[in-house]
Amino acid sequence: MEITLQVNGVPRTVDVDPRMSLLDLLRERLGLIGAKKGCDHGQCGACTVLIDGRRAVSCLALAVAVDGSQVTTVEGLADGENLHPLQAAFIERDAFQCGYCTPGQLCSAAGMLGEPGPSAVTGDLLADPELTPEEIRERMSGNLCRCGAYVNIVSAIAEVAR
Amino acid sequence: MNRIEARVKVTGLATYAAEYPVEGVTYACAVQSRIAKGRIKRVDGGQALEMPGVLAVLSSEDPPRLAEDADPELALFQSREVAYRGQLIAAVVADTYENAHAAAAAVRVDYDPDDHDVRLSADHPGLYRPEVVNPGLPTDTGHGDVEAGLEAAAATVDVTYETPVLHNNPMEPHAALAFWDDEGRLMVYDTAQGATASRDLIAATLGLPPERVRVVSRHVGGGFGSKGTTRPQAVLAALAARAVGRPVKIVLTRQQMFDVTGYRTPTIQRLRLGADPEGRLTALEHVAYEQSSTLVEFAEQTAVVARVMYATPALRTAHRLVRLDVATPSWMRAPGECPGMYALESAMDELAYAAGLDPVELRVRNDAETEPDSGLPFSSRNLVACLREGARRFGWEHRDPAPGIRREGEWLVGTGVAASTYPARRLPCKAVATVRDGDFLVRLAAADIGTGARTALARIAASTLGVAPERIHLELGDSDLPDAPLAGGSMGMASWGTAVVRACEELRRDGKEGRADTTEEIRSDAPLARHAFGAQFAEVRVSAVTGEVRLARLLGVFAAGHIVDATLARSQFIGGMTMGVGMALMEETLTDAEFGGFLHRDLAQYHVPACADVPDVEAVWLEERDGALNPMGSKGIGEIGIVGTAAAIGNAVYHATGHRVRQLPITPAKILVPRF
Repeated sequence: MEITLQVNGVPRTVDVDPRMSLLDLLRERLGLIGAKKGCDHGQCGACTVLIDGRRAVSCLALAVAVDGSQVTTVEGLADGENLHPLQAAFIERDAFQCGYCTPGQLCSAAGMLGEPGPSAVTGDLLADPELTPEEIRERMSGNLCRCGAYVNIVSAIAEVAR
Repeated sequence: MNRIEARVKVTGLATYAAEYPVEGVTYACAVQSRIAKGRIKRVDGGQALEMPGVLAVLSSEDPPRLAEDADPELALFQSREVAYRGQLIAAVVADTYENAHAAAAAVRVDYDPDDHDVRLSADHPGLYRPEVVNPGLPTDTGHGDVEAGLEAAAATVDVTYETPVLHNNPMEPHAALAFWDDEGRLMVYDTAQGATASRDLIAATLGLPPERVRVVSRHVGGGFGSKGTTRPQAVLAALAARAVGRPVKIVLTRQQMFDVTGYRTPTIQRLRLGADPEGRLTALEHVAYEQSSTLVEFAEQTAVVARVMYATPALRTAHRLVRLDVATPSWMRAPGECPGMYALESAMDELAYAAGLDPVELRVRNDAETEPDSGLPFSSRNLVACLREGARRFGWEHRDPAPGIRREGEWLVGTGVAASTYPARRLPCKAVATVRDGDFLVRLAAADIGTGARTALARIAASTLGVAPERIHLELGDSDLPDAPLAGGSMGMASWGTAVVRACEELRRDGKEGRADTTEEIRSDAPLARHAFGAQFAEVRVSAVTGEVRLARLLGVFAAGHIVDATLARSQFIGGMTMGVGMALMEETLTDAEFGGFLHRDLAQYHVPACADVPDVEAVWLEERDGALNPMGSKGIGEIGIVGTAAAIGNAVYHATGHRVRQLPITPAKILVPRF
């Protein structure tokens, strides 16, 4: 099936197998290896990208279902040579080790920073909560990191959220 | 200096094994055994072969050529015997990932099943005493009279602790991309913790001389031991590429990883301890019961921690193994020390209560002058200093030892302590240092699996050459580079760093090039007990309503020689401690007694710590000068962080609730059940 989508601002038209996930489309057909396959079941978050500005696990999106969408991957976060503030903060705070969850953490954080409303740990459900470390930890818990870089990930995101 | 590869990792450009752009690549997908023991009667790949894009079906119907003495876990499709559920028994190669997976599901296998046995117990009739335990240590040791020591003791503890099957679960699945070039040389992009060792094992499995194989692993998405030995995907990619005459890529699914990439053996550990009225040990016995497969003997060195930790007039350590119809266990972060110290340090906490002593003080009183088992002097040992510094930072002096008395609303609050230890070893390594464009090039087949090896080695080379680290360029992760040992056993930096220092020293003398081979240097190392030590302090909150345990804070204080790079070291220590939080509170793979194999096979069932589980983890270290280790004066730090964490948390849970859980993980049910 032929689909057209914008990937990091570039229009791409591809003939895809209807069984193909967005993740496999990015990695195996478009040569964008930034989104990682960690579990292929939406359990680890390594494949997180932004679909029309919202974070999503690309392993659970069929390629045909994102026809017409705008997709941003980690390769599209930087502005040319200028890193996204989250990318710079991740480097500065040593917020990764093996780096395999990192693209997903970055895309997830980029999406999370723009998300309104309370979370499970918000006290006042009517107020727009401040992004405290506790809020960041809760909102980033869909992205697993086996190296255990969470402490530094939270501090990197908190720096950008300020 | 930030990590050298930081920029490519945050921009998505770092290439892991399955990510190299290779022209004409095809995809392999493995078929797994659905019985735990028996014989394959027939593999029918006929239907699969007729499906779109399918290029080949590999199985024991037409066994591919492999070396006759190949490791049984890597000898793919050579035998019709099934040794465990989930074993790889066939594979399909197709033009796309989707076609390969669909066709793999269409392969029909008929079995002749036998009864299986997958349950470890301390009274299993098949238990035996292995010749040695990993990595070549004596199975049993002892001195003095344990029974007499226990008889004479003022306080005793006789307890059994259990740890479950644990899975490494690195974020990057095990993957390989292989092709054969025109001269018949095999190229493998592999997820390997060591390119040299992976090359050698792949070559040995295929019956090739090592120079006919090249392994490249520039970036590895974590391993924690599971990529320390070559895994079947690398052999399968090579066989499949030979069969179809095209490059083949295989990425194991997360589910397959549970079955064929190794795991930490479950352990049952009996600890018997006695102390005199002053709290000094009169006897210590540590016996570990563990499993291996019918294919390979893997004997984890769980009880060796008792040979290192505490002074005692009577000591006995022993290991017993049973061979079950399960996959072969393998290395997982701090094999031996991690489960062993969980049990020993939990039992020490019990002894502190039995003796009416503070648990920090009990450990201080039993500090060893020389290594208890061998009698060798320590190259350095600062366990007491770690305990004292940790107690000071954690606010331990105000602690009331009485269990189960601090309550804040729904939450019971408690604190616990445990010691850490891990051996400081090094292995022979080669390296070459040269001048390039006015800068310096250092080459060796080391691996960076997330430790920051490039960055730390650049620092070591820079300090030897007396130049800025930015002027050092490192090439690693390629078996065509000078042979280097694994990133494993906390030996990487000590081994590679020694070679880098020697190569750079020679470069300084020569002006053009320095070559090092540290075999002789390491052979002449004096006999000493070389270990890193540490102390971990945990505070937990336990819900009196749901039994949920929440970590409030965790502090690790370590004495690990000279720390090469403070930023990287802190990340490593905290990372190990975070994995220890998982071991304490959530990680567990259940074995399926009915059908064999594992019941937990994905990240929704096997829980690893998520961001919200890890609130406040802090790691610090003492400056430790030790001239008897290596030119850097460093001890490995990749593993000690996980050692002791689970015990510290378990001891804190006891302090909070007054209830001692002796089977990991400490889940709500184990907290709540004794209350009803």
